[in-house]
Amino acid sequence: MADIVIDRVVKEFGTFRALQGVSLTVNDGEFVALLGPSGCGKTTLLRIIAGLETQTSGRVVIGGQDVSNLAPRKRGLAMVFQNYAVFPHMTVFENVAFGLRMQKAQQEEVKRKVERAAALLHIESYLDRYPAKLSGGQRQRVAVARALAVEPAVLLMDEPLSNLDALLRLEMRTELKAVLREAGTTTIYVTHDQTEAMGLADRIAVMYGGKIDQIGSPLEIYATPATRFVGGFIGSPPMNFIKVRCSQGMARIGDATLPCPATGKDMELGLRGEDASLAPNGSGIPFDIRVVEPMGSHLLLTGSIDGQPARIVAPPIAKVNAGERVGLTVDPARVTWIDSITGRAIARA
Amino acid sequence: MPARTSWIPYALIAPSVIFLGALFLVPLVQTIWLSFSAGDGFSLENYQRMAGDLNFSLAVRNTFLLTLVVVPLQVVLALAMATMVTKLDRGRDLALWVLTIPLGISDLAAGLAWLALLQNTGYLNSALYALGLIQGPVGWLSQETPWALFFAIVLAELWRATAIVLVILIAGLQLIPKEFSEAAEIFGAKPWTRFMRITLPLLKPSLQSALILRTVLAFEVFAVVYALGGRNFPVLAGEAYVWQNDNQNYGVAAAYAVLIMAISLAATAVYLRVLRTRPEQLP
Ligand SMILES: Nc1ncnc2c1ncn2[C@@H]1O[C@H](COP(=O)(O)OP(=O)(O)O)[C@@H](O)[C@H]1O
Ligand SMILES: [Mg+2]
Repeated sequence: MADIVIDRVVKEFGTFRALQGVSLTVNDGEFVALLGPSGCGKTTLLRIIAGLETQTSGRVVIGGQDVSNLAPRKRGLAMVFQNYAVFPHMTVFENVAFGLRMQKAQQEEVKRKVERAAALLHIESYLDRYPAKLSGGQRQRVAVARALAVEPAVLLMDEPLSNLDALLRLEMRTELKAVLREAGTTTIYVTHDQTEAMGLADRIAVMYGGKIDQIGSPLEIYATPATRFVGGFIGSPPMNFIKVRCSQGMARIGDATLPCPATGKDMELGLRGEDASLAPNGSGIPFDIRVVEPMGSHLLLTGSIDGQPARIVAPPIAKVNAGERVGLTVDPARVTWIDSITGRAIARA
Repeated sequence: MPARTSWIPYALIAPSVIFLGALFLVPLVQTIWLSFSAGDGFSLENYQRMAGDLNFSLAVRNTFLLTLVVVPLQVVLALAMATMVTKLDRGRDLALWVLTIPLGISDLAAGLAWLALLQNTGYLNSALYALGLIQGPVGWLSQETPWALFFAIVLAELWRATAIVLVILIAGLQLIPKEFSEAAEIFGAKPWTRFMRITLPLLKPSLQSALILRTVLAFEVFAVVYALGGRNFPVLAGEAYVWQNDNQNYGVAAAYAVLIMAISLAATAVYLRVLRTRPEQLP
């Protein structure tokens, strides 16, 4: 059993609070993605779990054991570093073998496991080269292979595929997911790429400004964002936020009305571009189109609703032109209401 | 680059070339020439005289002995100190500053300071006498106590010149990103293993520089030895000095100088070869 419990972890660098009380539980064998913009504290949190950084307060428990004050090598985990940290004075083979050598594995076992990890990451042909001769993407794969070779119970990865080109990244992503699922590895995967997080993770923890804004399945995070930040960060195009006035449970936008939670607070309508559809006869919420971008699978329409900027996704064959005003119909069940002051979602009635 | 600017680099290095030529190359050639001339024309007489001298084999033995003992000790000490200094969170600059104070002291002054400590009426004997451990002044630096004298010289050299190794190694350690050691630790390497398998190999270029510098200087050791032991502990540079000043025989003195240079060049060549870092293994 290697579940991870992160309990109210705070990290201060001098007077700067990089982590403001982060709590997160990762179940045994689960794949959790830590998703957030650059500088939100993802690497710091990962380094605290690994033991490379000491938390200012809070606890880290792995497999039921409090490891908060344990040396990294005693925590029984493997890690892929954001800047690879592939040893320059060792061949690729010796890099991948490093963890096994430290475990004093037999040469035969070392060879077998190194070759297996190398095959998985497509680096078999570089095994006797030195890292300086490899590209960034190749080195990154060496770093991932080095971590997989020890078949860890817990695997921490810090943007491990960030330097691969798009096609290879897609392929590696799929293989990584399959391998880790098969091995039952508990994985925390740091990324700032939402498609990566959505595709890989059982659950996503969205981080922002040293806090976790929301934890949930990719679908939950997408469909019911807990904060304005999560709605705006996840999804492409990002969620639209339209300021509306809500009186007596009804919001009025142009000629259209939409039921809203009657709290009396200032609120914003959080609307996903793909959750609005073009009304047949121009009725519904008025949308002024400024730019039409054909994306192949869909049209991306940029314009404004009630004078506020918005992006809407339309079918590729829709007959719309820039400068036109069209009407949108919206399923009230699929919108999110955000409290304008706190930026948090208002619970559905 | 336009062709007419191609003289600029040469003009820029010209002053150093002239400087080096006037103050280094010319005396070098003169010394070599001097060492090979006696009477008129080329001759090995100076070298024969040097090798035939009573003190010669002693000087060779002592110089090598000192170098072989002092340099490895300095590297080990400097490695230990550098590792500790780089681990300091606070007061690192202060610690480094204090540790490098001996660098600012001339080697003769350092030798005299240690003489004040170790001579018959020195501080060491006074302290031992006060503690009742000795009955009267003990000579540590005489011909009758060659090992005590050797030990004193080693001590003074360690105190005086370890810091230069320290400075080079600290600069080298700071060039190694901390992630390498961290990665090794994650994958189960204990501190000693990390040091041997990660830090030391990555420090090789700096170790090479430090070793070349220290070894060359160790073969030229003179002032400390002279201050502490005079000619009781003959070394090569000391013999050159004696032949030059006391015996007024510049030819034999030049032969010693050329010998020291040859040994230094050979040692440098060995280090360059044994401790070379293949380009593909650079970070
Ligand atoms: N050693 C450190 N000293 C001071 N500030 C740091 C240190 N490490 C990280 N930070 C700061 O903490 C914040 C989070 O950094 P990091 O965890 O690397 O973010 P991310 O990995 O999400 O991009 C950043 O603002 C960064 O500047
Ligand atoms: Mg990071």
